[in-house]
Amino acid sequence: MYGRNWSFRITWFRILLIISVLIAAAASLYRFIYGLGAVTNLNDQWPWGLWIGFDLLCGIALAGGGFSTALVVHVLHRDKYLPIARAALLTSLLGYIISLASLLLDIGRWFNFWRPFFYWGFHSVLFEVFWCISIYTTIQVLEFGDIFFEKVKCPSLKKILGYMITPLLILGIVLPTLHQSSLGSLFIVAVDKLYPLWWSMLLPFFFVWSAFFLGPAMVTIEGTIASRAYGRDPELPVFQSMTRITTWMMIIYFIIKMIDLNYRGVFGMAFNGSHESNMFLIEMIVFVLLPIFMYAIPSIRNKLWGVVTASVLVVVGVVFNRMNVVFTGMARSVGGSYFPSAWEFLITLGMWSFLALAYLFIVENFAILPKEGHAHSNSTATYGTHFPA
Amino acid sequence: MSNGVLVDISKCIGCRSCQTACRTWNDLPVKTSQNTNQWDVPVELDADTWTRVSCYLAGEGNERRWRFVKRQCMHCNEPACESACFTHSFLKTEEGPVIYKPTELNKDYCVGCRYCMIACPFNVPKFQYEKTFPYVQKCRFCYDRLLENERPACITACPTGALKYGDRQTLLAEARQRINSNSNYVKHIYGEKEYGGTSWMYISDVPFEQLGFKTSVSEKSIPSYTWQALKWTPYIFAGWGAMLTAMRFFTKPKEEGHNEAEMYAPVDPKE
Repeated sequence: MYGRNWSFRITWFRILLIISVLIAAAASLYRFIYGLGAVTNLNDQWPWGLWIGFDLLCGIALAGGGFSTALVVHVLHRDKYLPIARAALLTSLLGYIISLASLLLDIGRWFNFWRPFFYWGFHSVLFEVFWCISIYTTIQVLEFGDIFFEKVKCPSLKKILGYMITPLLILGIVLPTLHQSSLGSLFIVAVDKLYPLWWSMLLPFFFVWSAFFLGPAMVTIEGTIASRAYGRDPELPVFQSMTRITTWMMIIYFIIKMIDLNYRGVFGMAFNGSHESNMFLIEMIVFVLLPIFMYAIPSIRNKLWGVVTASVLVVVGVVFNRMNVVFTGMARSVGGSYFPSAWEFLITLGMWSFLALAYLFIVENFAILPKEGHAHSNSTATYGTHFPA
Repeated sequence: MSNGVLVDISKCIGCRSCQTACRTWNDLPVKTSQNTNQWDVPVELDADTWTRVSCYLAGEGNERRWRFVKRQCMHCNEPACESACFTHSFLKTEEGPVIYKPTELNKDYCVGCRYCMIACPFNVPKFQYEKTFPYVQKCRFCYDRLLENERPACITACPTGALKYGDRQTLLAEARQRINSNSNYVKHIYGEKEYGGTSWMYISDVPFEQLGFKTSVSEKSIPSYTWQALKWTPYIFAGWGAMLTAMRFFTKPKEEGHNEAEMYAPVDPKE
């Protein structure tokens, strides 16, 4: 079954993706030579923009599917979720590579990127983030090695990886737990700067918790897109059963959020009619309460459109939350204005195009997705139009 | 001995000699600016402007008056920038100044991540965006002059005594004496307690919130907030790790479950 050679089908859609990657690569090169000011709209009021706010913070949150699936499948041994385990690992790995790339792009003195490995500013949250992200990416590469060596035969290496798998798996959950939460802790430093609806000593909890419950939703979306692209059946039963995890975790998230607002005495600010309060209400009602209800109602949850729509809301909601923390919540205190330049958008687009291309290449050449008909009864794919993957 | 500066806003006439002295001593370039009919130029601190005087029309009715506020790094006792930096590129010196790229040894540790700019409660550190390899820039309290027992350049340039340099505790005592002996003063020393106290302190005859100061802020230092969250890291690492290991072995099925390799296959991109 692994006798197939390497293959990569070229379609018009893929050519577009490749062009986008090339444009981004050229723009990145220009940025490395001429500096941030030449390419971005970043300024003294807005030192962090699209690359940190979206590519890094959201990329890593969206990669949350990796560690939540690992916990459910490999630690709790819920085998019914096995079909999506490898796809979750793959998207997570790619998400981290994008985050590291955007981090390298964003730091002013990029040739110094290795410094924090040697000069330990351990009192900085960024120190924890940096270490955890780099080690966890390495661990994911090693975990992926297990899959890689199924195709590229190298029994001795595969055996070594086999011995390492338990510690790798455990570290592969502990590290993302730490740094997903510390991505939230990053903004604890913004006392009196970040709007009180978002600033909280519980930020680390909110970040790691939401990254975790976003995992199943992200896996649902990925799985649906992949099944459409390749004309396969979506793993609907798996998606449905995962909604239980997300629903309960989101209910707890919502309750703790309310308790936290009350405890800090800023609950009323949610209704003061300011731009921030409106954005906060949208975040809570559209992206937290609505998906909870959609997941809770069986007639919605049991349909593909229902579970996918709710999952999209969850994922967009987490992105929306991160954007609120980085941009909406900071705007009042830092002043000035920032809107990403065309180049910032193009480089972002190129990075996500790279993710799509890498995903396509890997699932077509490695055993990532379950064999057809494994998880449920076999039927021909009839779900909507196919993406020109 | 930790030094500081007491700024008496009621004594400042807005001549901006300090601004010029800072530029001259630190060899900072001047940007030509358009005449915008605006008193304060440049409008904000930037990478080449480490101090600037801003003007305010404060008070009401007959009490309306111009007030001028010199801005620069506040040189916090427990600086947020120092705690936020993951390469030790900031240092709070014994003498008082918070300096960037502190020693000969670590003069080039900075990665350019700009987390210090997010962290600073006074939005002081600025970045050389136009440079290929930019540095963070901010007032360094003329640390080089202090080591030579000279006063900071801006202090020497002040013609009205609005800026007073000295030991922080002595200055605090003097500030207290000044605001208590004259009923015109607001009964508050800005910088005494704000964010755990700062080396630069202000007294004023006009409420601070009318002069662009961030008032009623935390009296706890910013690093203490971060540390409250960060100190749990090793315990979470060990505890969560042990818990996961235990759960993995506890829930392990008796018989060998699925053979993973048989379960998945590469996708055939047929259409």
